[in-house]
Parts: sequence; structure tokens; C-alpha cells
Amino acid sequence: MHRRALVALLLGSAVGGAARLAADGPAEIRISAKKFEYHPNKVATKLGRPIVLVLTSEDRIHGFKMPDLGIRTDIVPGQETRVPLTPDKAGSFTFFCDVFCGDGHEDMDGILVVEA
Amino acid sequence: MVDRREFLKLAGVAGVTFTAGLFPGRQVGAQAGSDFHFVQFSDTHWGYKGPANPDAEHTLEKAVATVNGLAKQPDFIVFTGDLTHTTDDATERRARMKRFREIVSALSVKDVRFMPGEHDASLDKGEAYKEFFGATHYTFDHKGVHFIALDNVSDPAAKLGDEQLAWLAADLKQRKPDDRIIVMTHRPLFDLQPQWDWTTADGAKAIELLMPFKNVVVFYGHIHQEHHQMTGHIAHHAANSLIFALPAPGSQPKRAPLAYDAATPGKGLGTRDVTVGDKVGLLELPVTKS
Repeated sequence: MHRRALVALLLGSAVGGAARLAADGPAEIRISAKKFEYHPNKVATKLGRPIVLVLTSEDRIHGFKMPDLGIRTDIVPGQETRVPLTPDKAGSFTFFCDVFCGDGHEDMDGILVVEA
Repeated sequence: MVDRREFLKLAGVAGVTFTAGLFPGRQVGAQAGSDFHFVQFSDTHWGYKGPANPDAEHTLEKAVATVNGLAKQPDFIVFTGDLTHTTDDATERRARMKRFREIVSALSVKDVRFMPGEHDASLDKGEAYKEFFGATHYTFDHKGVHFIALDNVSDPAAKLGDEQLAWLAADLKQRKPDDRIIVMTHRPLFDLQPQWDWTTADGAKAIELLMPFKNVVVFYGHIHQEHHQMTGHIAHHAANSLIFALPAPGSQPKRAPLAYDAATPGKGLGTRDVTVGDKVGLLELPVTKS
């Protein structure tokens, strides 16, 4: 399949956070954070596929923690936080904000689906 | 030593549960100083409004009345955090703290020790909390037992921080290996359920500092349920909340509050009476006397 067509297909995917192909290197999955949600809050990739999570914040410092894959970082407004990742196991993995951000903080989470 | 029967008599309330364990490095009958007891309140979340507790405006007052009714009053009372429910409004935060303080001023026992939870302190790094309740970490001694209150919430990333860890290390240098030490804090110091953020980011460093001491017990809150776990020889006891119960660690996908049951109001809520001697005895108290 032509790369442009593949990119269009991925952008039109029903899964909001499907990986997008960067010009070079691993695919990017962009996730934006704001009180008290991630957008998208469900993203998907494939087992063994190198990706980069590109995390941004629209309002304040948030956290991004995904214990099952050993990931934890701050998301600072005004900058992109890039987290390279090659999932080595399939499944649904929860990520959540671990920097207390107010009433609703406990509900700020999402899921990374790694398909086999 | 207070045994189970005496303990129930002491409590003077029904519907309680009891657990006890030795200070692990301590022989029964060792010179322990006088037995005493204290009461732990936790996670009162004053200001919460929601379906998980339609009686939220009165639960704390009822618990205060219950503790005031104990046949033998505790030596002191501790609150292990989340005194108030969080709000972005700094004025409202202070109003909640003020009202909370008014309610608990009705406690008959006037020696009351407070600690912050993330709902109290994480949005302003403890600024409002300190105005109302003082230091967020401190020590005190009572009848031969050394108490250490740790703050793992003023940093919104749930860290004790290097400065507090150095303070803890300096305090512990003054202790002997068989001293009885009771640590109080809000969040679990160990990784209870990382997928639900039931951890302290650098809690393992505090546990490492405590490990050389034979008689250490930790009391905490945050998880809104009674829970007991050992890390090595150190026992960790989580307390019930006074606002709503949370599910057992990892028992469901999300840590959402358990649904309120009108048929059993107060179920899963309450305070805790802790007796301290050679043994540490725990008596879970209901919100109201039945």
C-alpha cells in the first residue's frame, strides 16, 4: 500500500489514537492531557512495533503513568514529552495521571491496547 | 496488656472487628511502659457531595460522637489525611478546613494530631493546610513510643522528597534498634496497587530507612478500607474512611467508590482504636453505635 494511503487510513481509523507514521522512524501516538481527561483516552498499536508516545498538556502539569509497561513521566504545558516504546506484550494497559490535579483527578485515565 | 475481651469492653460499641500483632522484635512482658490507646480517623473528605455518601454532611459528626462515647477515652487522636475534599477554589478550601476544624473541636480528647492528604495539600503544596493545622511532617513521643508523621502528599507527584527523607534519616539516627516506632502517613509507603496509583513514589526509600528497626508499625489511609500488609517485619495498616468505601485493591478495573447502600448506611466506614503495648491491637469502630 502506498504510504500516503496508509497514513490516510490510519488517520481515519475508528480508534482515535491509532499510531500515525512519522516521516522517519517509529510511528507516533499523540495524546493530549487536560483536567481531567486524556484525548484520546484509548489508543492502539501492535506487539513489537516501535512507537513514540507524544504527550502534551493543555492546562497544567499532569502525569502519565503506565505501570504495566514501566512508563512514568510528567507532561508539562508548552512542550512535547516524547516516550519511545516497543511493546513486548499484548493486552490492554491502563495509563493515568499521577500528579494530583484536582477533583476528577482519580478519573483521569486511558488505555493502550497492544494487539498481538 | 489489654486482651480482646477487655478491648471490646473498652470500646463499648458493637459491630467492631479486632486484629492484633506483636511488635515483631519485642518479647511479651518486655519493659514497655504503660499501655495506651489512640484513635485513628482517616479520609473524612469534608466538603464531598455525591451519591457515594448521601449522609456526607453528618458522617463526621456522628463519628466524633461515637469516639466521645468510648468508655475509656484515648490518649490522643490522629487524622491520617484527606481531612477535606479537594477544590480548585482556594477560598472554598479554607472554608472547608475551617468547618472541619470546628466539627472535630467537639472531640472530648483535645490532643489531636493532623496529617494532610492529597485532597488537602496537593494543589497548593500544603499552604492552606499549614495555616490551619501546622506542620505536615513531625515527630512526637508518647509513653515510650516514638511517632513519626510523614507527608507524602504536599508534592502532587506523591513523593516524600529528598529533604524529608534526610529529615527522617536524621531522626532515626537517634533511635535504638529495638525502639517502638509508629509511622503515620496518608498514602501507602509500599506499592499496594500501582495500577490505581496506590503507592508513594519514593516510599521504598522510607521503608529502607525503617528496616533496621525491629519494632515498626505504619498506619495510613488513602485507600478507604481496612487493609493489612507486611513489608518484611514492618506491618502496614490502612484505615477505613468516613466518606465512602473503595474497592479492594485490583478487584475491579477502576478504583471507583463502592455504591452507597441505604439498607446499611455507614457500611465500610468508621474509625479505629489502636492499643499499644508489647502488642499493637486494632479495633475497627463503626460510624455510629448500634
